Amino acid sequence: MSSETTGTTGAARGGGAATGRTAAASGSGAGVSTSSATAAADTRRLVAKRNRRLSHLALWLLSLVPAGLLVFDGFTMRLGINPIETITNRTGWWAMSMLAVTLAITPLRRVFGWHGLVRYRRQLGLATFIYASLHLATYAFLDLGLDLSHLGEDIIKRPFITVGFVAWLLLLALAITSTNGWIRRLGKRWALLHKAVYVIAGLALLHFFWSQKADRARPLQFLAVFAVLLGVRVVYSWLKRRRAAAQG
Amino acid sequence: MNLKRILAVPEDEVTPERLYLSRREFMRGAGVVAGAAAVSAVSTSFGQEAGAAVDELLGLGTTDEAPNTFEAITTYNNFYEFGYDKADPSRNSGDFMPSPWSVTIDGLADNTGEIALEDLVARFEVEKRIYRMRCVEAWSMVIPWNGFMLKDLIAMAAPQPEARYVAFTSVLRPEQMIGQRRNLLPFPYVEGLRLDEAMNPLVILATGLYDKPLYNANGAPIRLVVPWKYGFKGIKSIVRISFVAEEPPTTWNIMAPHEYGFYANVNPDVDHPRWSQGSERRIGEFRRRDTLPFNGYGDLVADLYAGMDLVRNY
Repeated sequence: MSSETTGTTGAARGGGAATGRTAAASGSGAGVSTSSATAAADTRRLVAKRNRRLSHLALWLLSLVPAGLLVFDGFTMRLGINPIETITNRTGWWAMSMLAVTLAITPLRRVFGWHGLVRYRRQLGLATFIYASLHLATYAFLDLGLDLSHLGEDIIKRPFITVGFVAWLLLLALAITSTNGWIRRLGKRWALLHKAVYVIAGLALLHFFWSQKADRARPLQFLAVFAVLLGVRVVYSWLKRRRAAAQG
Repeated sequence: MNLKRILAVPEDEVTPERLYLSRREFMRGAGVVAGAAAVSAVSTSFGQEAGAAVDELLGLGTTDEAPNTFEAITTYNNFYEFGYDKADPSRNSGDFMPSPWSVTIDGLADNTGEIALEDLVARFEVEKRIYRMRCVEAWSMVIPWNGFMLKDLIAMAAPQPEARYVAFTSVLRPEQMIGQRRNLLPFPYVEGLRLDEAMNPLVILATGLYDKPLYNANGAPIRLVVPWKYGFKGIKSIVRISFVAEEPPTTWNIMAPHEYGFYANVNPDVDHPRWSQGSERRIGEFRRRDTLPFNGYGDLVADLYAGMDLVRNY
């Protein structure tokens, strides 16, 4: 998949900042002639591009650390008495966490003005999809042993599995349409489609709550996080409307 | 009559350690069993390992399936008194004091009173029972318990004709049980059996496992084991056994009546509303197994429910 910018204004601004930093770093030996200035600008662009790629690579490696730890714990017998349960719970927890990090990008831009972060949002969304898929795969392949009739029955009959599966289907749709090609093709509808991330967050929370016998603490922690992330958006759009009304 | 009088066993014959001895060692001890009110007709001494003896054991529901490891049994527990996580009971139960301990027997019975645990257990034959344990969460284990038959205790208590149920109460010690301080469930935990269920020879009050005293995480010092029912019926750290006329309240039924019934017999055909009960994961195994009606003990218990609708009485 592409690790290029998402083509939004925030990304462009973020890229500009990165280029600026590179220019400052390599600015000591600036040439005099125009042609060498152009060559220097080209070099700066290339360096900026390389740095961007490296930052995406670093984020990928970071995102995959929890999965790596799971594999390590598996090989060193640290997954406890019921390893499949441990893997199911940990991949589920990380899917929720990655979703929370993905949904934190917009509030961080609003509150702190860190617009460059938006460049990493697609990647974080894909990491969410990867952990959700590992979670589902653990259940379907390891837990049920790919007993398809059992899987189908669970998806239809067990509400908490139904909502979890629907959340995964929506994630799948967003993952498929996350490429630049689909962004272009869908135009304005793309933004609308990707609003489904809020539906996913709601379904995932419901899935977590309903999966618990009595323990509400862990799903409540995520509810609190999602509530804050949504709250920032609501407050911001309210302020924006008020400002617009005052000006108009 | 007061139970203390029934239980008047000379001091030198009763030491707390005897609680935990296997029956073979138990028999070697000086006449402790002599005078026991009810001696089981079926001998299930666990020293007998092979051949006909095994068949006899299987007759009482003892299984020849490989038991789970001591580590698995003592570190993977649902015991919300010590926390929600399976590892919490083994982690958080270090401060719990299972000794000294006494059990109150009360209600509709002739012989009631509060009895020191060692006096109580000395009355009965502690034997080894290897049982399957099926959790309502669709995992299972095989556990070598040490315990005595509840029916022997019931015979000693001599319930009155109006007594139709046995109600059990767990200890309430928030200062030693972090889950009780956090109110993770309405405590104390309570459970119950119909009297005829309780009289079934499969039902034991366990005081040990793997020939060791029960660990705190497993419900020390005395707990109920009803192998054909989901694990949550096996109330731990029992302080009260009451004979009552009406069906007693049970903790998980209070928590979620549509999910956990009073009977809670293992039944692959009656799903938990949120997950299937058709199969289970035996801890230590990779592939799921089919769950058996009454957890495979149907031959010994199905008669208890003749004519009952087990879908309604889940």
